[in-house]
Amino acid sequence: MKVIYNTLFKRTSTFAVVCIGSAFFFERALDVASESFFESVNKGKLWKDIKHKYE
Amino acid sequence: MAATLGRICGSKLLKSVPALNLQQANGLSTAKTWTNGQKKLVATIGALTGGVGALIYALEQSVEASGTEVHPPKMPWSHSGLISALDHSSVRRGYEVYKQVCSACHSMKYIAYRNLVGVTHTEAEAKAEAEGIMVRDGPDDAGNYYDRPGKLSDYFPSPYPNEEAARAANNGAYPPDLSYIVSARHGGEDYIFSLLTGYFDAPAGVVLREGQYFNPYFPGGAISMAQVLYNEVIEYQDGTPATQSQLAKDVATFLKWTSEPEHDVRKQMIIKVVGIMTFLAAITYYIKRHKWSALKSRKIFFVPKKD
Ligand code: HEC
Repeated sequence: MKVIYNTLFKRTSTFAVVCIGSAFFFERALDVASESFFESVNKGKLWKDIKHKYE
Repeated sequence: MAATLGRICGSKLLKSVPALNLQQANGLSTAKTWTNGQKKLVATIGALTGGVGALIYALEQSVEASGTEVHPPKMPWSHSGLISALDHSSVRRGYEVYKQVCSACHSMKYIAYRNLVGVTHTEAEAKAEAEGIMVRDGPDDAGNYYDRPGKLSDYFPSPYPNEEAARAANNGAYPPDLSYIVSARHGGEDYIFSLLTGYFDAPAGVVLREGQYFNPYFPGGAISMAQVLYNEVIEYQDGTPATQSQLAKDVATFLKWTSEPEHDVRKQMIIKVVGIMTFLAAITYYIKRHKWSALKSRKIFFVPKKD
């Protein structure tokens, strides 16, 4: 805990970098997770599930 | 009110365990310095807000028993769940129904061929669909207007050049543009489905004028659109049996998509919102506990002056 605080959170500059960086990865993870959940719930109904029939 | 709450929740809700008792709370109140006029103003605003809210609620809850039309039953649409996407095979079949049946009378001028790409058709298919129509374009270098095959960016063609022509061809009734019809009618896609499958012979006593038909779902009962969907009026590309109810269901789903093209994205957004709100609620709770821990565990002593 101390190490994390001293290296990352103590200075505003590194703290800002941590905020922006973790926001990026958090957002990506949430997007991918919710998209794959949505696609598995709606399997067979979406365009990506039927498009192979037409191309 | 308090008594009712107390009965429902037991004594848990009302017991004043926290440090702040009623007398202290009274000491913190800012309302004591209000003038009489201010109090009356606040009371009036409160009463008005409550009254308007109750009125809106009452109007929403009305049983709608004053008209003679039948209200459409709720259908088990495969897209009606909180996170259920539209059935895109059905939307595609619905496009076939619109193109081969409805487009003879109804325009759909806010939907372009490019909108079909990635929803019901591949890009090549949508281009082919667009090339099937003729579009008046111009002026060219010599200042003349000319007809050319449609492009992806063209909107669906209208059957009549203007409203007057549409009325003249339909006994004075105007077939409305179908782009946003599901949002524009009470009951949405349930109404469209019931309307298309709900034609009857007019019961005794109902007088229909020339060119009118009886449909109990249409307000007033006398509609100027004849029944258009029958078993096998068209043949589906994918071989689905084209029964009347299948045709009506597919075209209603298609019209749902044209009215709410953002439907699938919106429902996917629900998942994201729930996810991120849960996360934020959790850290809000944690931070609140964290910040209050010092306040809650402190002790205050009264130390009398010794002299
Ligand atoms: C023969 C021409 C014709 C065809 C084909 C046709 N309609 Fe209509 N439609 C009309 C006319 C005319 C009206 C106006 C009726 C009125 O106001 O009495 C109308 C009205 C409507 C309405 C509005 C009803 C309301 O509540 O105001 C809807 C929805 C509708 N049509 C859907 C469809 C669909 C879906 C199809 C294709 C399956 C279709 N129509 C095919 C002529 C047609």
